[in-house]
Amino acid sequence: MTDMLKIIDLHAEAGEREILKGVNLTVKEGETAVLFGPNGSGKSTLMSTIMGYSTCKVTQGQILFKGEDITDLTVDQRAKKGIGMMMQRPPNIFGVKLGDLIKTASPIGEEVLKEADRFKMGNFLDREVNVGFSGGEIKRSELLQLTAQKPEFILLDEPESGVDLENIDLIGNKVHDLLYDGISCRGSVQRHVSSLVITHTGQILDYIGADCAYVMKNGRICCSGRPTDLLKEIKENGYGECGSCQTIKL
Amino acid sequence: MPDDKAVRDALEKKGAFGTDIDIDRYEDGTSTPDQIDDLQSSDYQRYMENVGVVADEINRSGTLMFIDNGMSHCHTSVQEGLDMMSTKDALKKYDWLKDYFWKSMDPTKDKYTAKSYLDDADGYFIRVKAGYHVKNPVQTCMLINKDKSIQYLHNIIIVEDGASLEMITGCATAHHANDSLHVGVSEIYVGDNANLTFSMIHSWGKQTGVRPRTACTVGKNSNYTNNYVILNPVGTLQSFPVANLGENSSATYNTMCISHEGSDIDTGGMVNLNGRGSRAEIMSRSISMGGKLCARGRLVGNAPEVKAHLECRSIILKDGGSTLAVPELEAHVADVEMTHEAAVGKIARDQIEYLMSRGLDEDQAISMIVRGFLSGSINGLPPALQKELDEAIEQANLGD
Repeated sequence: MTDMLKIIDLHAEAGEREILKGVNLTVKEGETAVLFGPNGSGKSTLMSTIMGYSTCKVTQGQILFKGEDITDLTVDQRAKKGIGMMMQRPPNIFGVKLGDLIKTASPIGEEVLKEADRFKMGNFLDREVNVGFSGGEIKRSELLQLTAQKPEFILLDEPESGVDLENIDLIGNKVHDLLYDGISCRGSVQRHVSSLVITHTGQILDYIGADCAYVMKNGRICCSGRPTDLLKEIKENGYGECGSCQTIKL
Repeated sequence: MPDDKAVRDALEKKGAFGTDIDIDRYEDGTSTPDQIDDLQSSDYQRYMENVGVVADEINRSGTLMFIDNGMSHCHTSVQEGLDMMSTKDALKKYDWLKDYFWKSMDPTKDKYTAKSYLDDADGYFIRVKAGYHVKNPVQTCMLINKDKSIQYLHNIIIVEDGASLEMITGCATAHHANDSLHVGVSEIYVGDNANLTFSMIHSWGKQTGVRPRTACTVGKNSNYTNNYVILNPVGTLQSFPVANLGENSSATYNTMCISHEGSDIDTGGMVNLNGRGSRAEIMSRSISMGGKLCARGRLVGNAPEVKAHLECRSIILKDGGSTLAVPELEAHVADVEMTHEAAVGKIARDQIEYLMSRGLDEDQAISMIVRGFLSGSINGLPPALQKELDEAIEQANLGD
């Protein structure tokens, strides 16, 4: 498998403070990688840096996407190359209707809007993007937008956070659909879409068939392993030993 | 009627807001313009349609057009209860009209009202008789066709008890009449249990001076909505309409404006909440694209149980301009609920980048946010006007 995303010695600042302190990470084509880590370890900053948000400034290192250096590209250039992001707390876009954004941003937007009810978003298309949305509504809105965007590489920042139990199944299945690009069979290994997924609870793992997991601490990747093994270890012992135990490796 | 000497003295009186204009610099516009039967075949069609006035008059209950200082077109569909003519004709026809003439507006307010009074300005008279609901909007167009001239008008709108009316009024200058001055006095009377939506779209020349003077008196249990839109360059524009509300009535002012380089726009409005339980909302969304902007709002609570909110939001898209928000709340009784919000700044970077992350380039993202920002100022816009407004926003090249 070829490398979809390769991050080499990435250092980045947010608010003039160095958050990423030499991240090395590779996600291969069709691979789903999970990113664990304590609050404040730099996970969301890493995603924002990959997406190219100006709140994060790269000071050293490289981001390669399908072999091309995208470190200096703008957000939209990265989106057009096939990177999409599901934000944890997206901004309110006053005056812009969700349906209009999807229609404007994607050539298949009109088609995807016909499916909005399957995301329980049919009544939200005339609403301003994210304004007054609940936690679950934000996730469903993000997933509807990503479905129209059809990215090849998806950054998912805590897709299950703030989602009630009733909706977790819907969110999980829609994430699955995105990653498997329409292949509904759970047993399928044919996957072309790659992703990097931040999760604290691991609930999303039931839906996405993750291939590998990384632990991030203090702005660095300090451990890697099988997603379920790492999650079990973190649940039992927390992040205290991460980076020093050296017992869990892929 | 006011003392003529006092009005003559008022010719020297500067406006309370806005830069002073030397009105003697302008000649009077003609009061006998060409009469136009078919607006669609007239040379003025494109000017009208830029300001929301449709030349085919389809889905309009009536159309009245002034070119310079005289009426050039007046047509009404068969609509019982609707009266439209020039103010001068109405004064001849209805003796009772003198009771409304210069009653909402004080001619000594400033030099612009004084000029209109002393020169016996004509204008449009629109009246909806008690109990009638005018189905489609009435449209008026005020066009300046002569360069270095002053257009002064005196309009009277009366919506009697239990009646309702939607009005779209478009004001514009012909290209060759860029250096001109528009002074439009409008006295509006809304009776009890009545509704008026008054939407005004302006499109002027880069040197045009504009000084509308509007005052509205609203009875009991009535609604008055005033929408104001200016998206194209103008020289200097200052407008501060005033509404006086009776018991349980409401006023809503929605303003949407763009100040381009070289433009000086000072706009807003005032509502006197005089009746118990009256309500008001003043919403303004403005953008400086290198021009000067001032968004004012003043709410005065004079009666118990009044509720009012004022919101002025401005964004600066280009350096070189300025914006000033002046929200004012004044209360004279204890039992009032009055609030305001004001915000001035640029478009938040995270909003732009969020849209960019969906594949829009930066200009497209800014344009979409700005269009949404402006549209957010107008609630309850007549559907007939929405299309024209969308087109006007589209043409304003907001992402450039």
